Amino acid sequence: MTSPDSISGAANQADGSGGPLGWLESQRNRLIVLSVMAAAAMLLPLIANNYVLEVMSNVWFYVMLCLGLNIVVGYAGLLDLGYAAFFAVGAYTTGILTSQFGVNFWLTIPAAVLFSCVAGIVIGGPTLRLRSDYLAIVTLGFGEIVRIIARNLEITGGASGLIGIEKPSIFGFEISQIAHFYYVFLILAVLACFVSYRLQHSRLGRAWQYVREDEDAAEAMGIDRVAVKLYAYVIGAIFGGIAGCFFAAKMTAISPETFTFQQSVLILLGVVLGGMGKIPGVIVGAFALVLFPEVFRDLGSSRILVFAIVMLVIMLYRPEGIWPAKKS
Amino acid sequence: MSEPILEIENLETYYGKIHALRSISFTVNKGEIVTLLGANGAGKSTTLRTISGLTRASGGTVRFLGEDITRKAAHDIVKMGLIHVPEGRKIFKGMTILENLELGSFTLTDEDERARRLQHVFEIFPVLRERRHRDSAFLSGGEQQMLAIGRSMMTNPRLLLLDEPSMGLAPFLVQEIMRIIVKLNREGVTILLVEQNAKVALKLANCGYVLETGRIVIQGDAETLRRDESIIKAYLGE
Repeated sequence: MTSPDSISGAANQADGSGGPLGWLESQRNRLIVLSVMAAAAMLLPLIANNYVLEVMSNVWFYVMLCLGLNIVVGYAGLLDLGYAAFFAVGAYTTGILTSQFGVNFWLTIPAAVLFSCVAGIVIGGPTLRLRSDYLAIVTLGFGEIVRIIARNLEITGGASGLIGIEKPSIFGFEISQIAHFYYVFLILAVLACFVSYRLQHSRLGRAWQYVREDEDAAEAMGIDRVAVKLYAYVIGAIFGGIAGCFFAAKMTAISPETFTFQQSVLILLGVVLGGMGKIPGVIVGAFALVLFPEVFRDLGSSRILVFAIVMLVIMLYRPEGIWPAKKS
Repeated sequence: MSEPILEIENLETYYGKIHALRSISFTVNKGEIVTLLGANGAGKSTTLRTISGLTRASGGTVRFLGEDITRKAAHDIVKMGLIHVPEGRKIFKGMTILENLELGSFTLTDEDERARRLQHVFEIFPVLRERRHRDSAFLSGGEQQMLAIGRSMMTNPRLLLLDEPSMGLAPFLVQEIMRIIVKLNREGVTILLVEQNAKVALKLANCGYVLETGRIVIQGDAETLRRDESIIKAYLGE
């Protein structure tokens, strides 16, 4: 089972064109971990009650959002404090098109992808020359602008938002119960993992890595810095946009207050807490993000405080995240 | 014999309000080793950065192989065969030597060509072949410099811009690096070498230019400059 892989790995090394052997090992380990998790995740609705399913749907939803932000923050090394804006673009695209124009839910997804791309370019384009602190400020501002626009336009329903967003159906089967949405978000999370994994090991993924470590050296070796960063923003935006579509469909109602700065920080927290740039790490981060407040629910309003303390402790003892990337 | 590969005309560069290059002009001919000398802050690195497109020129022209590349993006300039090895080596620590070399071949899509280039780099730098799976963070300063030069060789350059390859190296390693530069030059790579170490650079260069506060103050063939040590001393403070 294992030998063919290691042999071809060694052959690659011998002619000097393959990656190091260690990577292959850990990749296989990752796949095993992922498949065990997937199996457990798929059987969950058979035994769990609605509360658990609701929480777990939320987990998968945040896995997708965190993986999307991870492309921008973890892979390309660009700080983004306004990620909720892309999520809002997707949610409002679906919300407006289904509730006001009667468009089929599935047709709103390509529209959301398109609008997310535009949003990614709008935020990515002008900020490409900025570095850390400045980039943080601009992305923060962008996030707020999107939220405030949503609150003030008529088409977005103003401060009270949109209601009556139709639940999607597929081949006549209406996706309406929490168990259905659980599977929908699970599929989305798995897709997000798969796409993230492929991206990380693609030519573009390597380009992100080089640009993140040293822009000058990367550019001097022929990497188009501007294009590479823009791709990160756009792909991250698409993740957020698609997640937003399904969020709107599940909630059937959205309001601007879902897409606050706090939301952006929460998603960023998931990425940083788990381990930037590493898919399993980011998944763990998303789990922590959703599960901690639920675990501490008995504490009432002080649970956010406990949550904050837990995060501080994690950052003190594991500054690179719960499950960091092997190399920094 | 003296066919120009790189022509710089009245090149001007600003960093904000700081006038870093003031109307610099010089020519590098095919097959030559040309050296740019000068003290810290004279504008040597800026000259290289402006040529390779990492920094935008605010005036003047840079022509490479007869084509105006002043406004060209850095990554397109790389594709033409003009490669800049930036100051401080800029290798990627935490990645193996092989991964670092792969970056050098980023613009290549032909796997066979990549393998050929890699073999060639390993022939020039056998030490890199031995340690190709090692984390480049564990390389010595000299080996890091070899890796930086090796990485630039992955694209089959016609013109190499080397920014202070001798920096921080022990004298015998400086000799080794210089020997490699001469070897690359014999293989047909034209070299523009920035150095603070004038003695070493003038030993292998065909001609040299001395920069001071963004201007070329002395120019001439290497031998004349070498003999005229008083001038070098005055401007380089050695």
